[in-house]
Amino acid sequence: MQEQTKMIELNAVNKWYGSNFQVLKNCSLTVGKGEVVVICGPSGSGKSTLIKCVNALEPIGNGRITVTGVEVSDPKTDMPKLRSKVGMVFQHFELFPHMTILENLCVGQEKVLGRSHKEALVKAEALLERVGLTAHAKKYPSQLSGGQQQRVAIARALAMDPVAMLFDEPTSALDPEMINEVLDVMVALAHEGMTMMVVTHEMGFARKVADRIVFMDGGEIVEIGGGDSFFDNPKTERAKSFLSKILAH
Amino acid sequence: MKGWNWEGFFEYLTNYYLLEGALITLGLTVFAMTAGLFIGFFVAMMRMSRYKILSAPANFYIWIFRGTPLLVQLIIIYTGLPQIGIKFTVIQSTLLGLALCEAAYLAEIIRAGISAVPSGQVNAARAIGMRESQVMRYVVAPQALRIIIPPLGNSVNSVLKTTSIASIISMEELLRRTQVLIQEKFLVLELFTVAALYYLAMTTAWELIQRRIEKRFGKAYGPMSVDAH
Ligand SMILES: Nc1ncnc2c1ncn2[C@@H]1O[C@H](COP(=O)(O)OP(=O)(O)OP(=O)(O)O)[C@@H](O)[C@H]1O
Ligand SMILES: [Mg+2]
Repeated sequence: MQEQTKMIELNAVNKWYGSNFQVLKNCSLTVGKGEVVVICGPSGSGKSTLIKCVNALEPIGNGRITVTGVEVSDPKTDMPKLRSKVGMVFQHFELFPHMTILENLCVGQEKVLGRSHKEALVKAEALLERVGLTAHAKKYPSQLSGGQQQRVAIARALAMDPVAMLFDEPTSALDPEMINEVLDVMVALAHEGMTMMVVTHEMGFARKVADRIVFMDGGEIVEIGGGDSFFDNPKTERAKSFLSKILAH
Repeated sequence: MKGWNWEGFFEYLTNYYLLEGALITLGLTVFAMTAGLFIGFFVAMMRMSRYKILSAPANFYIWIFRGTPLLVQLIIIYTGLPQIGIKFTVIQSTLLGLALCEAAYLAEIIRAGISAVPSGQVNAARAIGMRESQVMRYVVAPQALRIIIPPLGNSVNSVLKTTSIASIISMEELLRRTQVLIQEKFLVLELFTVAALYYLAMTTAWELIQRRIEKRFGKAYGPMSVDAH
């Protein structure tokens, strides 16, 4: 394995919901700086949970998670500060419906990072241009299509100048004709060297940009493979049967 | 049979003492709503806490004040408490009773509003690094406010009328003053009709205001979203 600066590291992470349902089982994974890791697996396998643990939206049971060397699970860690450095994009966009697009992009910059309104606006406008939505700056989220909303959501995360980005099925709530406009933004981001953890079943995207594919099943990381080798030669039976199911579509 | 006295009716309709009573009723309403919202917010936050030391007292408070009539609460505060050495004036008792009782109702309205904000919104706000107080202030509260505006408006209407209960401990609001004036000429029907008209004028005026507020808050989001979630 090539030598890389570690960006995100999960070490033997276990997590339970309630007292007897173990949702994550001994998960270990290291994501290097600039690396793109795609996480896939059947529904209920713990993908969303895993990714939420990385920025402490979900607490873990035991084990260790570090982001840029800072321990997420340490109660002394300033969690909001750490989260502000890790962008997150959700399946259902989760734009703030009571704010305009521009306000959505500014609120974090101003209230969390303490930037002036002017500074925030400059950044927000640049990002809107980048995702091709300058014309919609003054609109409310409900006036945009799903694909547009998701691009705004990516821009909102980028406005915080994150060191890494987490995506939880960013295209699975979208109509098929809108998927590519969102994937294009993500591909561009990957090519710029953004560290990314992406839960997705978009295998075209995974082949194109993923450095590694993580396959999860039943709360376990069953297999980690390089982009093409995972698809062409899955090592485990579980991965094989999963791939045959999703490729059948 | 005395019949209806128009002259007396119009005289009381423009009676300064009564008009002032109506203004006091209005003042009590504004106070009950303001104090009730303030206390109610904290009670709601306590009630939603995962710590029992906070949620249990809040539950108890809501249970007591929503489960007993305001009339009984006022009598206990004004007439009962002096027996154990706690004395309040009529005005103090009225303000205290109205605020505490209303806070219990508003706490439930506020709690419902806050719980109705999808958890995905909270996660999104946390994910950009907001602290819990900022999540509440910039993301949850504005959306909860929109949800609770209709029930809040209905509360104002109901408090306007409920203040009349304070007349029982001789608080000089609209109803009490009506009763006082009856002693002058015993124009019972005329006076109570005047009082009813005053209440009706106030609740109607509020309804118009409420409609405008609801319209305005409806606009702020743009067309309603018909999202999947
Ligand atoms: N808050 C919760 N309380 C209890 N169980 C939960 C909770 N959240 C998720 N689970 C359970 O944990 C398991 C993993 O959930 P998770 O959302 O991480 O799966 P996933 O791999 O993202 O699935 P999907 O592809 O459907 O999004 C599921 O069985 C789910 O029912
Ligand atoms: Mg999921």
